[in-house]
Amino acid sequence: MKRTLWTKPPALGAALVSLLLAGPALGFTACQVTDTGGIDDNSFNQTAWKGVLDAQENLGIEGRFLESQAETDYDANINSLIEGDCDIIITVGFLLGDATAKAAKGNPDQPFSIVDFAYDPPIPNVLGQVYATDQAAFLAGYLAAGMTKTKILGTFGGINIPPVTIFMDGFVKGVNHWNATKDDSVVVLGWDLDTREGLFTNNFDNLDDGRAFAQNLYDEGADIILPVAGPVGLGSATLADELGVDTLKIIGVDADLYFTDTERQHVYLTSITKRMDATVARVIEDTMKGAFSGGVLVGTLENGGVDLAPFHDMESAVPDALKAELDAIRAGIIDGSIAVSD
Amino acid sequence: MSDMTDHATKGRLLGRSKVEDLVIVPLFALVAALILGAVVMVATGVDLATIGRSYVALLQGSVGSVNAISETLTAALPLVLAGLGLALGFRAGLFNIGAEGQVVMGGLAAVVAGVALGDLPAVIALPGAILAGAVTGAFYAGIAGWLRAATGAHEVISTIMLNLISYRLLDYLLRTPLIQKEGRADPISKSVPEVAELPRLLTFLDPNLRLHAGIFLTLAMVALAYWLLFRSKLGFEFRASGENAVAARFAGMNASLTIVLAMAIAGALAGIAGANQTLGVLGRATPGFSAGIGFDAIAVALLGRSHPVGVLFAGVLFGALEAGGRQMQVDAGVSIDLIGIIQSLIIVFIAAPLLVKALFPWGFRRDQTKEGGS
Repeated sequence: MKRTLWTKPPALGAALVSLLLAGPALGFTACQVTDTGGIDDNSFNQTAWKGVLDAQENLGIEGRFLESQAETDYDANINSLIEGDCDIIITVGFLLGDATAKAAKGNPDQPFSIVDFAYDPPIPNVLGQVYATDQAAFLAGYLAAGMTKTKILGTFGGINIPPVTIFMDGFVKGVNHWNATKDDSVVVLGWDLDTREGLFTNNFDNLDDGRAFAQNLYDEGADIILPVAGPVGLGSATLADELGVDTLKIIGVDADLYFTDTERQHVYLTSITKRMDATVARVIEDTMKGAFSGGVLVGTLENGGVDLAPFHDMESAVPDALKAELDAIRAGIIDGSIAVSD
Repeated sequence: MSDMTDHATKGRLLGRSKVEDLVIVPLFALVAALILGAVVMVATGVDLATIGRSYVALLQGSVGSVNAISETLTAALPLVLAGLGLALGFRAGLFNIGAEGQVVMGGLAAVVAGVALGDLPAVIALPGAILAGAVTGAFYAGIAGWLRAATGAHEVISTIMLNLISYRLLDYLLRTPLIQKEGRADPISKSVPEVAELPRLLTFLDPNLRLHAGIFLTLAMVALAYWLLFRSKLGFEFRASGENAVAARFAGMNASLTIVLAMAIAGALAGIAGANQTLGVLGRATPGFSAGIGFDAIAVALLGRSHPVGVLFAGVLFGALEAGGRQMQVDAGVSIDLIGIIQSLIIVFIAAPLLVKALFPWGFRRDQTKEGGS
């Protein structure tokens, strides 16, 4: 019986032989740890990963990633990359802040970069990538206020953390700016600037939540919704697709969802882009050149780190006058005459 | 008749007749799952070299280095703890799906107690925090046990519902001022003070090694569960009720009390699993910190044939798959979802020993095969 116990099935042998073909990789390796939405979330994690892919294409580096399936994975994932000879480890997401800080302090010679987190005081071997997303969201809020028929807009977030609520802040302020300028009374459901409370799914991965939250907002009269929850928003887009784009429009976040969510691209009025791909690629390039340094890298409207995506299919639906006003506001934000942040 | 003698010998660690059931079936189930996993990879367009590389990475990431072993054990501990609780319940005839909720409540309670006891020395704070986790888990599971005993509400339904309640309760409680971390608006608890943390054991080798003192706790619980189940009067009552509740009642056992106690002990173990995570691994509680441990533990308990030692090995296997799966993703770029598929396939094969025996007839004694086939 003992003999038979160790008899190996032939298929396993075939698989084992093929392992000999695998060899170690040379050159520069950039490693990324995603947040829980997954690498193919069409928005947040995917945009950051695109930065590595771009660097792979343009600079010939090797890229690796590890998906976090739960918050319990953060430490473990970063740890396994420390084992894996990464020239830079990029962690994607505010929630990885503590885990990244811990790993960076334990491994002072390993360069790290984190998306959506700035340390105070700074850690010498961590470069934080943060984004003045409220600048672009301000434009989106103004646009949505100009486009709504019901005078009611909706928003909801993934988790009540600064990189999420900064979208909602900018959006509400943009709507307020419209109301002040036009003497109008467009309301935003789902986020209260003063109490800092609002609608949150408390996750970044449940598409059903995205649908349910959008349904609730729609039932309350909203005809344009801004979901700030990574792939959760895809559930909202599905609802807009079913209801029809005249009834409900969605504003995308992080990536230009017109291109990443091609099946439902017609439902997006625009997207608030957060060019994590650009900053991640830049960090990789700097590190390759030996120019890595800790600190903070801020993406703004001015340097293109954040922006409002084109209207694509809705180009003709947006009045020219509104477009001109948006251009003026954009210039105002860049030159500082319109204050977005407090 | 053979069935009865079979059950009577369950107390022995590994009777000769049990070797096939406890060792060979799981082993072949693993092999079959790995082969089918490779087939899935081929079907999704992964080339053979990558498949080979991914299985090497699976091995390296689970047992190939000190760090790998440390990660395997770290991942295994909560699965073993919660799995032990579920195994006790299964033996008592209770199909407890609620370990997830009990992990959540126990883990949260351990954080709260740890923070509250933060000014006291570790000899009080750490046991106090673990105990809080155990008691809360026991209480939470006890609700389902009491509902079953008092009203006949089936524990499968009530524990599933209690899981859902625990998620939302966690979201809510994490935002109450007593628990929420200062200066944060999102649901996240205060950090566990150092005195209440399960100390890491291998930091003298490498500060990144995460294996912590929960391993001693886990081994103690395996021994305790074994003793309870096979050496104590209570364990006998559990098993008797599980085999035949009516007969147990006519033999003078208090069925209601047995149900409540079995659920409470299962919940205590799941609560300790939660405490193990928050005090040993995470240092705080966040939404979803349970990460499906309570559900994976069901598989671990089934794979371990509801035997404490079997649960220990099954938990380590699942821990190895988790740690190795991470390495698979790093080295070969294979999706972590594949590990989930392999784990599920193992369970399918374990749950169907006849299928395994049919697939690998040479692995079993002839008479057993005949018996299985008839």
